[in-house]
Amino acid sequence: MASLTINGKTREVNADPSTPLLWVIRDSLGMTGTKFGCGAQLCGACTVHLDGKPVRSCGTPLSAAAGKKITTIEAIGATPTGKKVQQAWAALDVPQCGYCQSGQIMSATALLEAKPNPSDADIDAAMAGNICRCGTYTRVRAAIHKAAGTKGA
Amino acid sequence: MKTLKNPSRRTFIKSSAAVGGGLVIGVALPDMFRGLQAAGKESAMNAWIRISSDNTVTILCARSEMGQGVVMALPTLVAEELEVDLNRIKVEFAPPGEVYINAMLGGQITGGSTSVRDGWDKLRTAGAQARVMLVQAAADKWGVDPSQLKASNGMVTGPGGKKASYGQLAEAASKLTPPKEVALKDPSKFRYIGKPLNRLDTADKVTGKTEFGIDVKLPGMLYAALAQCPVIGGTVVSFDASKAKSMPGVKHVVQITDGVAVVADSWWRAKTARDTISIQWDEGANKTLSSAGISAGLAEAMSKPGASIKAQGNVDEGMRSAAKTVKATYEMPFLSHSPLEPMNFTADVRKDSALLIGSIQFQQMALGMAAAITGLKPEQITIKTTFLGGGFGRRIDLDYMAQAVEISKSIGKPVKLVWTREDDMTHDFYRPASLTEMSAGLDAGGRPTTLSFKMSSPSVTVRLFPQIVKDGVDPLQTEAILVPYDIPNQAVSTVIHDTGLRVGYLRSVSHALNVFANESFIDELAAAAGKDPYEYRMALLDKQPRYSNVLKLAAEKAGWGKPLPAGRARGIGLMEGYDTYMAQVAEVSVKDGQIKVHRVVVAVDLGRMVNPNIVRQQIESNVVFGLTALLYGDITLKDGRVQQTNFNHYKLLRMPEMPKVDMHIVQSTEKPGGIGEPGMALLSPVVANAVYALTGKRLRKMPFSLA
Repeated sequence: MASLTINGKTREVNADPSTPLLWVIRDSLGMTGTKFGCGAQLCGACTVHLDGKPVRSCGTPLSAAAGKKITTIEAIGATPTGKKVQQAWAALDVPQCGYCQSGQIMSATALLEAKPNPSDADIDAAMAGNICRCGTYTRVRAAIHKAAGTKGA
Repeated sequence: MKTLKNPSRRTFIKSSAAVGGGLVIGVALPDMFRGLQAAGKESAMNAWIRISSDNTVTILCARSEMGQGVVMALPTLVAEELEVDLNRIKVEFAPPGEVYINAMLGGQITGGSTSVRDGWDKLRTAGAQARVMLVQAAADKWGVDPSQLKASNGMVTGPGGKKASYGQLAEAASKLTPPKEVALKDPSKFRYIGKPLNRLDTADKVTGKTEFGIDVKLPGMLYAALAQCPVIGGTVVSFDASKAKSMPGVKHVVQITDGVAVVADSWWRAKTARDTISIQWDEGANKTLSSAGISAGLAEAMSKPGASIKAQGNVDEGMRSAAKTVKATYEMPFLSHSPLEPMNFTADVRKDSALLIGSIQFQQMALGMAAAITGLKPEQITIKTTFLGGGFGRRIDLDYMAQAVEISKSIGKPVKLVWTREDDMTHDFYRPASLTEMSAGLDAGGRPTTLSFKMSSPSVTVRLFPQIVKDGVDPLQTEAILVPYDIPNQAVSTVIHDTGLRVGYLRSVSHALNVFANESFIDELAAAAGKDPYEYRMALLDKQPRYSNVLKLAAEKAGWGKPLPAGRARGIGLMEGYDTYMAQVAEVSVKDGQIKVHRVVVAVDLGRMVNPNIVRQQIESNVVFGLTALLYGDITLKDGRVQQTNFNHYKLLRMPEMPKVDMHIVQSTEKPGGIGEPGMALLSPVVANAVYALTGKRLRKMPFSLA
């Protein structure tokens, strides 16, 4: 049994220590907002926060997450920045199929926590790891700018 | 996909699926559907609308939502006429049913950018019928004439302050005979249609609550991973799963038609155990397939007589008498769909019932497949469609569903099969590769008198819907194959050539193949004539106002002819697809051999729109899809194996590469056109034409390389 701190709660999970955090979150804990896209840290659909930093949960073993604070899409709206990002996403109607959007929002929220007023180059750098096959990039960028503009307001 | 208007083409469903039956057009109400609902608090007004006594209005969406916005657009059509608050409705995905058949495709299929075109009259009529029934129920209750009553916002109001909610009227209304004829609103009275409304599915998509196929969980459900032959079509000779069986959490190892499945108490355990199985495969006929061999085969097929698509004037004479002739050959590779949600499916097959849940694009065929595998009757099988994490045509095929059904049948328990990305990329139904040879003759003034087009390519339709391939012509291989230009002598033909690799419909289908060749070649003719490519096209479009309008609009908005910063150039092109007319201008630069697209101007005339916000989303989406294909898209084969396995080798466009997209939509009262698929086909020629303008180098082979 391993103990995880996820979205402010402590949860016991019965999984092998090498199991990617993604599958612990999805199958053991039943939180399916975090998505499986590539299994190789190439697409960003599985992005969660570990101690506030964005990581690809498909490449993070359970053992590496123990003792750290995990935040997923299910709880990111409880943070002021996460909430603004989600509001901007909704206002600009960013998602299409929506499958990658949890990861996009987690990466965008981490960006705005680190850089409250990001430039386009900052957005390029922070979001380059998140693939959207539907091609919502224009709206993702606009939504990040929108969320940044309202930050602190 | 092209629309299949010929009634004989609709009959394919009868043989394609074990169920099917006659085509039902309109909103005839099956008794079964109303009977099913009568027991509850909800009343079914017709196959599309249920109203409960608590005033909840549920609208059924009979098309699959894969990003294209049908879950918003189709209920909008119903709600507009039903007179309910669109923001307060519930939407559910429809089960398989004859009433839900897509009349343009002949099956309950989402594809071909047909959803709005098929639903435009049908769904408004369904909404209006229900409204008339609700008003009649109120008239009966109050003993007044229905003409004295008004329906709006889910209420019927009448003289003397009489008032009843739809919820209060629904049960009585549902027992009335639906009116045969209903008047539909004048477009000037539209409250929702044509307005850029935000989507109803957005809220759940920004909070992770949306349920995709991969998120399904059933009580007692196990998880499966499947080992499939690395050469598609290969079969299991023997296997050793002794190690897998001893691994923690592993419950079953079962052989099915397509390989060996491991079933465990978590997917990761199933996948880890799967990777330890040693399998001897019979790799089958495709074990020697290679990209070089496939290219040679396509070239060789060119020597066969093609099926004629168009023969006009005299091409031989036209070429002989031409002042100048031009020839070019265009090549397109295989492409993978790669929706971000890998193939997966959940099935629960019992002795006397089966439940299938997941990302489905072709509900009827799924039902037929399940009946065939399980031996159950269609009425014993329940099909539930979730949201799709992208589709792009991949989920019209049922392989992954059939696998889940076989596994569940074998173990007698509910199971969710999930493919890895590698499984997905190496076991796709790929967009057909193609080879197109074009030649033209120009008169002394540079105007084309003669055009010849011949393509060889595999046909998806031969596999999926062979009944509609007639005399060697596949209507889904020949989309946009005819140029809109006024050219007197034309010979257009195709050769269907099976390369061995299985192929599937991919967004924009053959438009992408044919528009690349046609719009690149007309640009080559303009260059040979020494003319401006925009002016050259315009001079050939006298009889084509919808084409010339969008071309002119795109050129104006792009500043065609105006100077650009050093190192940049523009390319232009046009197309029609799915009853939508579009022109694009791309602005590009080249640095260190890398093409950079800075801006894409899109002018589109798609007739009436349900929701301009979704239209804009789809145009943005098509730009990305098209750029991905021309910059990176390339599925190659060696020893029968697809060589690209994940997004490191099969790259998709990322944020830093995203150009600015300027969209200009023509306000039009023409009938609605499709918007999910056109667009992407144009990116390749407009970028190639821009690179030519910049560098003088013609790009005739995708993906583009300047090396």
